[in-house]
Amino acid sequence: MANKEIAGKTVDVNADGYLNNPSQWDKDVAIEIAKEEGIELSNKHYEVIEFLRKTHESGETLTIRKVGKSGITDIKGFYELFPGGPLKISSKIAGIPKPSSCV
Amino acid sequence: MRKLVILGGGTAGTMMANKLRKALSRDEWEITVVDKHRTHYYQPGFLFIPFGIYNRSDVEKSKSDFFPSGVKVIYSDIDKIEGEENRVLLDGGQVLHYDFLIVATGTQTRPEETPGLTDKLWKKEIFDFYTIEGAVDLQKFFKTWEGGKLVMAISELPYKCPVAPIEFVCLADEFFTRKGIRDKVEISLVTPLPGAFTKPIATAMLSELLKSKNINVIPDFYIERVDNDKKVLVSYDQREVEFDALTIVPVNMGADMVERSGLGDDLNFIPTNKFTLQSEKFENIFVLGDASNIPTSKAGSVAHFASEILFENLMNTIEGRPLTAKFDGHANCYIETGFGKGALIDFNYETEPLPGTFPLPGIGPFGLLKNTKMNHYGKIMFRWIYWHILLKGKELPVEADMTMAGKKRVSL
Ligand SMILES: Cc1cc2nc3c(=O)[nH]c(=O)nc-3n(C[C@H](O)[C@H](O)[C@H](O)COP(=O)(O)OP(=O)(O)OC[C@H]3O[C@@H](n4cnc5c(N)ncnc54)[C@H](O)[C@@H]3O)c2cc1C
Repeated sequence: MANKEIAGKTVDVNADGYLNNPSQWDKDVAIEIAKEEGIELSNKHYEVIEFLRKTHESGETLTIRKVGKSGITDIKGFYELFPGGPLKISSKIAGIPKPSSCV
Repeated sequence: MRKLVILGGGTAGTMMANKLRKALSRDEWEITVVDKHRTHYYQPGFLFIPFGIYNRSDVEKSKSDFFPSGVKVIYSDIDKIEGEENRVLLDGGQVLHYDFLIVATGTQTRPEETPGLTDKLWKKEIFDFYTIEGAVDLQKFFKTWEGGKLVMAISELPYKCPVAPIEFVCLADEFFTRKGIRDKVEISLVTPLPGAFTKPIATAMLSELLKSKNINVIPDFYIERVDNDKKVLVSYDQREVEFDALTIVPVNMGADMVERSGLGDDLNFIPTNKFTLQSEKFENIFVLGDASNIPTSKAGSVAHFASEILFENLMNTIEGRPLTAKFDGHANCYIETGFGKGALIDFNYETEPLPGTFPLPGIGPFGLLKNTKMNHYGKIMFRWIYWHILLKGKELPVEADMTMAGKKRVSL
């Protein structure tokens, strides 16, 4: 655990820069983390982020597939919004834990 | 008469039928198993078929050989479970009522979920080895294949036996080396995971191993489609991997019957309490094996360890006690690494695979995360253990809960 200054707030992050406490998240924090990832957030990004936070809160496991079926974007669109590792990056921006693919 | 119904008579369902028939009085309990197929496949053996190490006859037996007497067996497809009514509808219109239901319908491959996968190259230059037909076709293909780009690809997570693709590329390396054409075969492993495996310490070990065998790993590759004309895999972020021969683990999904019953997630896996193995939706429905969504490997060894917990909890609930037995997610996988060697990993929900030794009384120790001959024998012995001990629901000399004995805690 470490504290980090993001958007003027002190938040608790893990070694990979993921928020340990989703309740410390707000839009300013999101904008700042997104900037570090080289992403400028659009409305579409926010819709995805909201979906991620809601799904996470309900205790469900998130997968790229699930986001692709959310009705907000398809999988290709998800990759375009968050290039590289869409679920990893969007989870970080959404202030939820790093997705652990479990096999 | 009270009724217990088991859906699926594969690894998990067969083990439970054996355990429960022994424990529950025949005067009080009727036990019924439903499965649509009569043949039991030793699925871990599919891995060896493409390389001619096993043949079809080594992995097939009649399901009926493994069900105990006193269990009613129905060979039929299942239409759906009606949880509110405590009943199951079978395909022919037959209705089964139950006091307790165990769902053990496993997971099946769905090649049609990936665009282009079942087009013109399917079964010609594209194969899977997760079905008996695929494994046998691939054996035929490899007999005359003269080399080129061999790609082993994983379509979607989760899939059963997460180490099987790694084993496949290792055995391919040995096979083509022995054939004298290894220099003409380029082997790659394409995975949606960030590395060869999920857990960091095992990934580090396995990456090293694959590198030493000159096998490329292409991580973070999530397959969108297969282009049959260009013979490439295309990812969602528009990267491409060329192949001359493609072996693929198609999307794995639970049975359609689960979806029709309104019990599944988006891949038809059943939301299940990861400790008690009770379904999240109905108190008298339990889920064992690959059919559940519990966050551990989909593997026979997991089903075996979980079956001991499920047995305890069923007895608890039948006798009016709370569900006190808790599954820890224990998985124990031998990894065949080629040239007569193997590795062994042992882990659970909390502890990732660690190096050390695995203390199997009387037989072991097996080297954990080490490449040894003993681990290879472990894998070979597993087939005998599977048919003669595991399916019969007998005790193995291994605890259901993972032990830290012999393991070394390490940090990367
Ligand atoms: C290539 C390969 C290698 C593997 N290697 C290993 C290994 O080394 N170690 C290990 O521990 N595990 C390994 N596994 C995994 C292991 O085989 C499975 O995890 C295990 O068999 C799961 O048991 P199960 O009972 O949940 O499912 P299954 O054994 O698949 O049984 C499911 C049963 O349900 C039936 N069924 C499904 N739907 C219906 C329906 N609608 N109506 C009626 N019946 C239905 C099926 O016919 C089947 O008999 C491997 C698997 C594969 C494919």
